[in-house]
Amino acid sequence: MPTHALELDRITVTFQSPDAPAQRYTAVADATLAVRTGEFVSVVGPTGCGKSTLLNIGAGLLHASSGEVRVFGEPLSGINRRAGYMFQTEALMPWRSAIENVMVGLQYRGVAPAAAREQAQAWLERVGLGGFGDRYPHQLSGGMRKRTALAQVLALDPDIILMDEPFSALDIQTRQLMENEVLEIWAGGSEGRRAAPSPKLTPPGGGRVAPGGSQVRKAVLFITHDLDEAIALSDRVVVLSAGPATHPIGEFAIDLPRPRDVAEVRTLPRFVELHKQIWDVLRDEVLKGYAQQLKQAA
Amino acid sequence: MPGPFKPSARSLRYWQAALLVAMLLGWHLLSRDAQYAFFLGEPIKVAGRVWSWFMPFGFAPSDWFPDGVPGRADIYEHLGVTLLETVLAFVIGTVVGLAFGLWLALSPTAGAILDPYIKAANSMPRVILAPIFALWFGLGIWSKVALAVTLVFFIVFFNVYQGVKEVSPVVLANARMLGANQRQLMRSVYLPSATSWVFSSLHTSVGLAFVGAVVGEYLGSARGVGYLILQAEGTFDVNTVFAGMVVLTVFALLLDGLVGRIEKRLMKWQPRQGETEKL
Repeated sequence: MPTHALELDRITVTFQSPDAPAQRYTAVADATLAVRTGEFVSVVGPTGCGKSTLLNIGAGLLHASSGEVRVFGEPLSGINRRAGYMFQTEALMPWRSAIENVMVGLQYRGVAPAAAREQAQAWLERVGLGGFGDRYPHQLSGGMRKRTALAQVLALDPDIILMDEPFSALDIQTRQLMENEVLEIWAGGSEGRRAAPSPKLTPPGGGRVAPGGSQVRKAVLFITHDLDEAIALSDRVVVLSAGPATHPIGEFAIDLPRPRDVAEVRTLPRFVELHKQIWDVLRDEVLKGYAQQLKQAA
Repeated sequence: MPGPFKPSARSLRYWQAALLVAMLLGWHLLSRDAQYAFFLGEPIKVAGRVWSWFMPFGFAPSDWFPDGVPGRADIYEHLGVTLLETVLAFVIGTVVGLAFGLWLALSPTAGAILDPYIKAANSMPRVILAPIFALWFGLGIWSKVALAVTLVFFIVFFNVYQGVKEVSPVVLANARMLGANQRQLMRSVYLPSATSWVFSSLHTSVGLAFVGAVVGEYLGSARGVGYLILQAEGTFDVNTVFAGMVVLTVFALLLDGLVGRIEKRLMKWQPRQGETEKL
């Protein structure tokens, strides 16, 4: 089995303005980033630096101008079928109820409706929304919609999960709850349980069983602008430079013990130390990014 | 000082009914004058005309109806034809508009080539097509259906076109990430999204289907409510013209209510009422 779930190899993305073809904007330049199987990697960077562009490249939604994307060692062409994507903004279909949203991916794969509904129900229960399957997205709160989106992604049992600031729109308490749940689901059965309000249920077909008897961990590529969140969740934090021509400028292994509680882990001395180290690198980029925004606005 | 007059929800109904009665009464008083009655008709005679259209039994001559009210029950054939034309035009126009809207929105090349023609066809006053349709399809129902279809088609077409163009790119990307192929995207994203736009225009398009059918009949036919009105107009029978208007108005309201109920059932996922196109 290849050691890397997702490799972005010397990726450059240049956008051409549709109105003026001579005007080009290089969002990402020569960026190399790899996520090992089962690894939780966060990417932080100043606002508007091209984090999402990088994620879309990994998802196969966007094609790089140059460079190669490899998924489990295989070059990627088209949509990344082994990845699930959690979007920053609302991605649920408003005309489908919560359970229909969760089962839609299974239906795309040809799972019979009854079986798809059963699996979707199990996943909804796993994210604590067992009784809300028949609600439409507009009838759910922001946090509930995010949970539904999470169940929608997990129902397909992807090997890689791509997350684009998924919780940035949530209030801080809901956000910490969701972060803990994501950690717990990511850890699967191999880690001790945190006190979480969700029912323990292994959905049918949710997670492959590894030789050791525990679920195979998914590789996660998590995009955020929140450094606290990145450190609390990840095995590794990658810092991107300010745009244009974004590329990774620093990488930090997060050696905090797991299982973690995202609220508690922030008080550890090691957390503070890591935060300072990474912030020292990030701060300059944030200032650069801000200066550019000022220039653009002027 | 008393505030502005503000009726409660229940008394509002009474006020609405009172207004109707007042208007009918005013009309009635005005029509006591023979000169006015010639142009405005008489509400009682209009009611009698409607009665004999719908009811199989009549009344003997009385003070109000010196000639009596015969129970002919002869409108059903005409009304049936008009409604059939309306429904056919509505269904055909919606389906064709939906298909064209999806096709042009999803195939930018075809959309770009056909764009000026669509604009031209839409800005043309389509009632002028009626003579052509009468020539092509004869004086039966199909010339009316064709005219009404041209009215319905563009409403639905533009709404679908807009609906597909405005599909949320995130929802689309999400569906693709969840593994949808082109056909599944069409069925699970484009079509539902377009449908919501179609529904927001249904009230307009069902009304226009009705307009198309009646105008078509009015311009040349042997059956239908429009035909009845035309006949009455030819003999200066203003009461029958007004009776035809009343019947058409009531049925247009019924159709609109029916559409509203269907919309409410199918669009329950929508947080708010969609916007309708202005005529």
